[in-house]
Amino acid sequence: MTPTLTLQCLTKTYAGQRALSDVSLTVAAGERVALLGHNGAGKSTMMKIILGLIPYDSGSLQVTGATAGSPEARRNVAYLPENAAFHPALTGLEQIRHYLALRGENPALAMALLERVGLGHAARRRIGTYSKGMRQRVGLAQTLIGKPRLLVLDEPTSGLDPVSRRDFYALLDGLASEGASILLSSHALTEVEARTDRILILSGGVLVAEGALADLRRKADLPVAFQITPKPGCESDLAAAFPLATPLSGCLSLWCRQDEKLPLMARITALADKIADFEVQPPSLEDIYSHFSKRAGQ
Amino acid sequence: MSRILATSGTEFRIALRNRWVAISILLMALFSVVLSAAGSSATGTIGVDRLSVVVASLTSLAVYLVPLVALLMSFDAIAGEVERGTLPLLLTYPVSRPEILLGKLLAHLAILTLAVAVGYGIAAAAALLLDPEAAAGLPALWRLLWSSVLLGATFLGVGYAASALARRPSGAAGLAIGIWLGLIVLYDLGLLAAVVADDGGLFTTKVFPLALLANPADAFRLYNLAASQATAAAAGVAGAANTIPLWASLASILLWPVAALALATAAFRKVTP
Repeated sequence: MTPTLTLQCLTKTYAGQRALSDVSLTVAAGERVALLGHNGAGKSTMMKIILGLIPYDSGSLQVTGATAGSPEARRNVAYLPENAAFHPALTGLEQIRHYLALRGENPALAMALLERVGLGHAARRRIGTYSKGMRQRVGLAQTLIGKPRLLVLDEPTSGLDPVSRRDFYALLDGLASEGASILLSSHALTEVEARTDRILILSGGVLVAEGALADLRRKADLPVAFQITPKPGCESDLAAAFPLATPLSGCLSLWCRQDEKLPLMARITALADKIADFEVQPPSLEDIYSHFSKRAGQ
Repeated sequence: MSRILATSGTEFRIALRNRWVAISILLMALFSVVLSAAGSSATGTIGVDRLSVVVASLTSLAVYLVPLVALLMSFDAIAGEVERGTLPLLLTYPVSRPEILLGKLLAHLAILTLAVAVGYGIAAAAALLLDPEAAAGLPALWRLLWSSVLLGATFLGVGYAASALARRPSGAAGLAIGIWLGLIVLYDLGLLAAVVADDGGLFTTKVFPLALLANPADAFRLYNLAASQATAAAAGVAGAANTIPLWASLASILLWPVAALALATAAFRKVTP
């Protein structure tokens, strides 16, 4: 089966500034891919190129087997812009009916779509009266029109509360299981953690990391933190056993590389009778993200 | 086609909500009423029926009002989408830029047609009511109606082009007013000054007729005045109307809407969301 999306050595320059450098990427059908990066890392540029809204300088790009922006590609791709905006004079229902008609679908499906994103109660109110989160839902509803093979979602969860965010990811899971590919951007790894199959980190227009979360964790090879709480009276014994540890509010804090984890655990358990408690803290998602983003010199 | 109709349906709804439908109908109706009231006292002895005279007055009114209403309705068409941030999403839909423009044009033209029909209808009804001979002017009224719609289509297209070129509603509004002043008011003044200075020379005989045909508003006026032969009611361009063949002004008012829409499409293609 041909991949839904293929980018090869894609490069885009804005007024002498490299917005994207040699970005290569393949997204298979049903795959959920998260695109991470700081503001200005090139996420929106990459999405707009995939949508055919702006041209690219060199490289090649195939969207659902067609040229980006061609009528064929546009029929198969749905887009949710960052800060989705609509005409304030229209109601949510009218707006979705319009989008349905543009895709050649039955406008009568509009109410069902709005109910699916939890906007049924406000469907007949003008969009001008909607909150940011409600407008985001209208945007989400229009991405569900037809059977898009690729969904391009630019920061889709911004403006959504945690509960809505969970509903949103459940919706995406359903779409992916039906074979739709999903490319979504975010600037926080914590937001996408377990809900995507693959994570891409873009920094200064360069794809600096790619893989599942576990892969990235392994590749980053960030130190693991240990915290040991000594039993009363055993503080000095433990400090002598771990000379590199730093005392921190009654505890001992120390770091080790990933491959030193088990030997260190063995040393700690050997001193079990002097230890009241201990904790292991793997590198956080934010640590991993900033590790890859920083490596590119940001 | 369904995409064009869907776009025009939505645009019509937006214009209805924004009171554009009401404003343009009211404007045309008001001016027509004032015109028929003012024109009713001076006529009766010219020898032509009352409706033909009303048509001649309506022509002078339409030259100013139809382009103005068209430009007011169209200047926001693309610049507004850019400013609201609705354009990028729209352009990812399987709808082409000419289809978007045609959809908007259809809606705006429908509103304009409605306004012009109501306005002219009021004036015609008044004339028919007062003069039993007025039915003789009905062909001229019909001609005025469809040529007004074509004039409106031209200035809607010009407005879309201005909207795409300016990319900001405020800039587009300024550009639209500038176009109106330039093409409707200053153009004729300039020509008049040139004709006076030329004093019957080469400019008056060769360039002046072409200059009139090149301006959609002047071509509209020429066509309606020449066709209705009510030149007595027209002051400035009366002489010229007699020297320019009817087919030339007709060709101008038929070609201008096409040219304006082509211009708008070219300008819209240059807009990168």
